[in-house]
Amino acid sequence: MAVKPGLIELPGRSGKSGSGVFAPEGTIFTTLDAVVNWCRKNSLWPMPFATACCGIELMAVGSSRFDIARFGAEVMRFSPRQCDLMIVAGRVVMKMMPVLQRIWLQMPEPKYAISMGACASSGGIFDTYAVVQGVDRFIPIDVYIPGCPPRPEQILRAVMDVQAKVQKGGSALGNLGLPELRRMEEQLVQIKPRAALPGVATERADESRYGYRLPGGESLVGRRDS
Amino acid sequence: MKTLKTPDKTLAELRKRLGEGVFTVSENLDNLRLHVPAAKLIDLLTALRNDFGFQLTELGGEDYLGYPGRSASRDRFEVHYILLNHDTAERLVVKTGVSDPDPTLPSVYSLWHGADWMEREVFDMYGIIFAGHPDLRRILMPEGFRSFPLRKDYPLRGRGERHNFSRLTREES
Amino acid sequence: MPVNLLDEPDIQAESRDYHWTLNFGPQHPATHTTLRLVLELEGETILKATPDIGYLHSGFEKLGEHLNLNQYVTVVDRKNYISPPMNEVAWHNAVEKLLGIELTERCKYIRVIIGELARISDHLLCAGAAALDLGAFTAFLYAFNLREQIYDIYEEMSGYRFHPGFTRVGGVMYDFTERVIDRIERLLKTLPKVLADMEKLLFRNKIFLERMRGVGTLTKADALSFCATGPVARASGVTYDLRKDEPYLVYPEFDFDVPFATEGDCFARFHVRMEEMVQASRILRQALDKLPGGPVNVPIAEKFPMPDKGTTYNSMEGLIQHFELVMPNRGFQTPKNEIYAAVEGPNGELGYYLITDGTQVAWRTRTRPPSFIHFQLFPHLIRNHMISDVVAVLGSLNIIAAELDR
Repeated sequence: MAVKPGLIELPGRSGKSGSGVFAPEGTIFTTLDAVVNWCRKNSLWPMPFATACCGIELMAVGSSRFDIARFGAEVMRFSPRQCDLMIVAGRVVMKMMPVLQRIWLQMPEPKYAISMGACASSGGIFDTYAVVQGVDRFIPIDVYIPGCPPRPEQILRAVMDVQAKVQKGGSALGNLGLPELRRMEEQLVQIKPRAALPGVATERADESRYGYRLPGGESLVGRRDS
Repeated sequence: MKTLKTPDKTLAELRKRLGEGVFTVSENLDNLRLHVPAAKLIDLLTALRNDFGFQLTELGGEDYLGYPGRSASRDRFEVHYILLNHDTAERLVVKTGVSDPDPTLPSVYSLWHGADWMEREVFDMYGIIFAGHPDLRRILMPEGFRSFPLRKDYPLRGRGERHNFSRLTREES
Repeated sequence: MPVNLLDEPDIQAESRDYHWTLNFGPQHPATHTTLRLVLELEGETILKATPDIGYLHSGFEKLGEHLNLNQYVTVVDRKNYISPPMNEVAWHNAVEKLLGIELTERCKYIRVIIGELARISDHLLCAGAAALDLGAFTAFLYAFNLREQIYDIYEEMSGYRFHPGFTRVGGVMYDFTERVIDRIERLLKTLPKVLADMEKLLFRNKIFLERMRGVGTLTKADALSFCATGPVARASGVTYDLRKDEPYLVYPEFDFDVPFATEGDCFARFHVRMEEMVQASRILRQALDKLPGGPVNVPIAEKFPMPDKGTTYNSMEGLIQHFELVMPNRGFQTPKNEIYAAVEGPNGELGYYLITDGTQVAWRTRTRPPSFIHFQLFPHLIRNHMISDVVAVLGSLNIIAAELDR
């Protein structure tokens, strides 16, 4: 609403024209948080925690066909102190878990994490003694990508999702998380592992969990653990 | 995979060198297997390497607990050594058996340095100790791991070791 | 949980004040994912390197004891993840040898084709990553761009970019269509150009040559003592190639050479791999020209392959066979026996020691992992070299962490 030519007005509290703040044309009125978030989201520096096959798809995302540089994220610095987006690509083994946690702790705020692939999100096909069934049991994850391995386009979509999350939920002071998810985060800390239901045989308890029976019979299926 | 070019001749010579009754032979398709007791393992492998030009290509273990049709008197664990003669393209499989209380085998590290990690892996997965190995410790599992994963009585999903980590929440990290 | 290697008596820092220990941790860009090296250094010279592995051990071999012979091929793919079809060819080679199945001609040609494509893909990544580690970023991008073409081929034939899970007991998942063959032809046209580009970038580059020549030399005796196979051994003079010396599938019908070198240093290994790609493209050309028609799976009467929908719905045998294979705890009989069978993988001899027990689920699936066996060479090769040679040697050995740890 131009009162004088060449100026635009940010209306004041009373709503009457002429009572607000005047600024030259071309000024955008916004909040500091939004600007900072916009800057951060367009230059997310990934920390590729590439363990296995998903690491190769991550390298493919970085190469010329599915350029991740379009999103400002081609700077894959391998030092956690310089990154803000950790991409856990590939299965995380028991032996590697403390390393992952240490790297997560070394990353400065605000930081986000993408769990890439089925193995990082839930253990994937490796439901074995050595693989952690989902990195989100031990690290807070922002975006999950399904797939084994996910197509590079899915990874780019996940980066875009993180960008949306940064824009909505971050603040100039740090990553407070999306407001609607903060309560859920508190509840997640309280979850205890589920015990086997009474009256259900141990091996059938596995069936309800997985929805199918493993071939080879019950004698080879491990005891149901938490 | 090819087996010996003239199996009868080679086996006869091997028997002459080592003496009768040291090993038994069995065959499946084109694998020729020599079964040898643990005490004679090093003699057999040394003879095969020095006199016949075979080199080791693979070393691994098996656990036969519950294998259908296997008598209880046979050993529970077996370790196989795949040998290859690079010049004549001949292969041999040598198998040794060990049984449960203190399974021990002599190490072939003195013959082939490549057996180093392969024996460590057999130790890690099955608990078979190799006497004479320079550095026998766990290679694939974490150091403090107490079970031997590939044994048949260890469940696929483990006994809860994979969940034993602290959870980092967003506030803490 | 991680190993505290400083507790070992011979790496005590106090006793030798001028040596110090550097941890090349499991998270490091140059260690090709999850390898850990503890280097004992004097200045920049490495006196002793102790690898610490197991950071990707996922229990592949235990999984093999719970999955069916056809299901396990999806898991096997994930071992050498830069050339997945070769793992599948190796696995089903072992299974079919044990079960005594004779494949159809077309299936053998198809397996050779996907195997050689896998070999090209593996060597491209190895060469590209070796160049990347030494700072040559452009060669890496050229290699990756060509690999995208190979991924297109895999996608056309099976729907997956990689990890196709393509082979089955007695055949393959889908037959090759015209479009697949089109894409392979296009690849064969672009491959020589890309290889020539990479050679132009690297082989006359003084820095590259200085960093690779004379570094990490492996003598022939050591190669045999450490059980090396594949390009690592061939670069040291051990001229053994399973495709020529113990032929499998239809390799005897192709005319190709096996490159080898005698120096055994990093540059020799690199050069052998580049040359193997040229030979692989020769094999592909001949395989495409000679590809026979006919059925791709073994006949239904042999009770192994999954019949297609037409056969399932229109014939009794097809219906019964489909039922037998799909319903759990039914299926084909396997002998109670064991066998070792190997193929020439891009990294070395990739073999399986397979024991079956009568059911469709294997009893023991031991992989002969070439990366594991080659990584033992590393402490031996790196002695008295500098830190910057670590990346050169690691890149030349082509260590894939998933095959290393399984």
